[in-house]
Amino acid sequence: MGERTSLPVLVVTGLVMAFLAAPSLLVIAMSFSGGRFLEFPPRTLSVRWYEAYWSSAAWWNATVRSLQIGVMVTVLATTLGTLASIALVRLAVPGKSALRALIVSPIVVPTIVLSIGLYNVYARWRLIGSAAGLVLAHTVLALPFVVLNVSAVLYKLDRSLERAARSLGAGPLRTFATVMLPLLWPGIASGAIFAFLISFDEIVVAMFVSGSNPTLPKLMFDGIRYELNPVVAAVSSQLIAVTTLALLASAWLRRRTERITGGA
Amino acid sequence: MSEPLVTLHAVSKHYGRAIAVNNVSLDVFEGEFVTLLGPSGSGKTTTLMLIAGFETPTSGEIRIRGASVVARPPEKRDIGMVFQSYALFPHMSVFDNVAYPLRTRRVPSAEVAERVARVLDAVRMSGLAERYPRQLSGGQQQRVAVARALVYRPSLLLMDEPLGALDKKLREEMQSELKDLQRTLGVTTLYVTHDQQEALALSDRIAIMNVGDVVQIGSPLALYEHPATDFVAGFLGDVNTLDGVVAEAETGVVRVEIAEGIEVTVATSARRSAGKRVRLTLRPERLDLATTAGGVNCWRGRVRGATFRGELVRYDVELGSGLVVNVSRPYRGQETIFGPGQEVFVRSRPDDWRVFG
Amino acid sequence: MSARSTWRQAGLLVGPALLLLAAVYLYPLGRLFVLSVGGGPGGAGLEPYHRLAESSVYVDVLLRTTRISVVVTLVCLLAAYPVAYVMTRVGPAWFRVLMVFVLLPLWTSILVRTYAWMVLLQANGVLNNVLRWLRVIDEPLRLMYNETGVVIGMAQVLLPFAILPLYASLRSIDPRLARAAQSMGAGPWRRFYSLTLPLSMPGMATAALLVFVQGLGFFITPALLGGSRVITLAMVIETQVVDLLDWSLASAAAMVLLVLTAALVVGFDRLVGLDRVWA
Repeated sequence: MGERTSLPVLVVTGLVMAFLAAPSLLVIAMSFSGGRFLEFPPRTLSVRWYEAYWSSAAWWNATVRSLQIGVMVTVLATTLGTLASIALVRLAVPGKSALRALIVSPIVVPTIVLSIGLYNVYARWRLIGSAAGLVLAHTVLALPFVVLNVSAVLYKLDRSLERAARSLGAGPLRTFATVMLPLLWPGIASGAIFAFLISFDEIVVAMFVSGSNPTLPKLMFDGIRYELNPVVAAVSSQLIAVTTLALLASAWLRRRTERITGGA
Repeated sequence: MSEPLVTLHAVSKHYGRAIAVNNVSLDVFEGEFVTLLGPSGSGKTTTLMLIAGFETPTSGEIRIRGASVVARPPEKRDIGMVFQSYALFPHMSVFDNVAYPLRTRRVPSAEVAERVARVLDAVRMSGLAERYPRQLSGGQQQRVAVARALVYRPSLLLMDEPLGALDKKLREEMQSELKDLQRTLGVTTLYVTHDQQEALALSDRIAIMNVGDVVQIGSPLALYEHPATDFVAGFLGDVNTLDGVVAEAETGVVRVEIAEGIEVTVATSARRSAGKRVRLTLRPERLDLATTAGGVNCWRGRVRGATFRGELVRYDVELGSGLVVNVSRPYRGQETIFGPGQEVFVRSRPDDWRVFG
Repeated sequence: MSARSTWRQAGLLVGPALLLLAAVYLYPLGRLFVLSVGGGPGGAGLEPYHRLAESSVYVDVLLRTTRISVVVTLVCLLAAYPVAYVMTRVGPAWFRVLMVFVLLPLWTSILVRTYAWMVLLQANGVLNNVLRWLRVIDEPLRLMYNETGVVIGMAQVLLPFAILPLYASLRSIDPRLARAAQSMGAGPWRRFYSLTLPLSMPGMATAALLVFVQGLGFFITPALLGGSRVITLAMVIETQVVDLLDWSLASAAAMVLLVLTAALVVGFDRLVGLDRVWA
């Protein structure tokens, strides 16, 4: 394809990219507004909205809650997802593809549907407002991403490595710990990062089920549904920073995966 | 004859309706080098995997040292295995790779160091112990794989086309190294390959497989000289295959017409009746070319092509009626090399022909 | 490894995940189904569904939701195609830059992104202020609390889901085909029309599926950007549950949404094949 891409196409691409990026960038800029309302460009710069966030008990509690739940979801989803991936990729069980479809299906099911179902069920099980309820629900939502990530790496892992370990005298557990895990961990870590992000940012389920212990997204939602609380801008720009770090980490992990399995 | 180390008895492996291994029985004796030879899809690798324990037989018995191992997982079968992809652990150094089975068996570290050093020396990889697999060449990786499989002295060494990824010259080098190593250590070895030359060079006995069946088991010489079927004849080395009809049959001899006016006298112990369709095979090196006629099987022919291969010359000779045979004659400096178009007499001995069907 | 121990291993490995899914995923969905067919005053039956079908409000909502999704899908496809195309043509450095522009929004919280649009699109928001400052308009554009705002917001959120499969599809087109066509005298437009476009159909279909299916179930963006003026199916479901406590109706609506989604996905699988989605 020896010709250059036409200018109009490049211009459109640039515009679309601006369309994708502009809102977030503007929010970050506006979060430093000094006035009582957000404005762009900010007439005065200040960190008052950040101070408001960090000094507020409500925001702090919500943040801590989201972090706690996020960590628990990460651990649970990563563990269950990795184990399930091993079965799905390595073992020959009938109905494997149906099983995989089931585990991945939460991506496709509209979250509002699952949310009201959980609301109904949790109300009877008295799990509204409990951390456990949210952790379980978020794990269901995060599991597909862990499974997809780990499966992808596991697929590329040379099967004869595990067979070699077994032939050398290592049982299944030892084989997993000494041969598979060291080679899989970037994929697992990558899945873990996405699991955390999914839980930390999740709003629809939290809306119904977090009860009187709101998560950070729930508090943000309340803050913008009926008014435009400027603190949300400060929260937003910090969330964008967290997301950026998470994506950088996962990109670094992907490069490590390629280095390890590529040389295998 | 002592008890075999490994016995397969009527072993079959089905995948749904596909039959990968069909009723295979095989004994492997202590210290032997046995090769499973066959084209792809013949079931040889599956058979190896069954013995290793990575697959379970659909039916049949597998015994190691007299005890049934069908329910035993691979890590408890006291085997050593070398894979075509070498399967060296990429995240461990050469030393750690070779030490892995010893550490799994909780061998004290001083002993580990000593044994690893010794076996690396045996495969000529000393000094490279701190390298990582990705820093090694194919041949070096192969040696480390072999070292790792042998360092703990397993009863049985299983090799799945270990030299398949190497180039020709390296492969031949490694073949003789492997053979020496096996002989020195005396470890019972089961080897899988599709390369008949490799099988002939390395094995004490060869089991030729085709489409899941074991067609014939025997020493390389036995298989080469007395193939049980034309498939075996054709698979091991080159062969001329000619179909014909029995013209006359006497005790110990048949005359087969392979073309208009061309009859072959074949020495055979089997009884065949006249009119039967048979298939004949003859090795190219058993045909002689001469400028004069003489002998029982002597036909006039014309050289169609000649290829000089250094130590031998290959000819295509047309015998008339469109029949073309391959002839291979050694070249040691004195022989005449016939050219295309030249008239020759093709001779062969009745003992050298094989009859099937 | 005998067959029985394989089963045991599989059970240990997948069991916990299955248990979780059964309790917190399948059971709630099943409960919704039961509620939608049995909860009415008349006992078991399809009465809630009848009520949905007969109510013009719900039919309106369903039509509106579908219409919005269709518009968003078209906008996304149109915007994604040039981007995906450029991504296949640029060098590795620019590619990484473009990927960042695509992936970062994808993983940024939907609340953050929707909130950003709220700030941008409101009457005295950034966009209107800039346009008025540039004297392009006199009166502020009404971009919020109407369908336009919702479409804009949803399009931006779902755009990465359109770009990625399109990119994967375009990348898999053998470049030698274009060269062959060029050697036979086909100009750039003809090549695009007869070669690139048809061969990128699977990618376009995947992109359309991902955007449309998610658009149908969207709650946050329409709720925030449309207020009470633009009501989508998901918002109706929420109102039913939280405000009206009408579980049978809410469940019925939820089931309708679920079945629609499932039908689209299964239909796509039959026609195109879901394996193509794993970009």
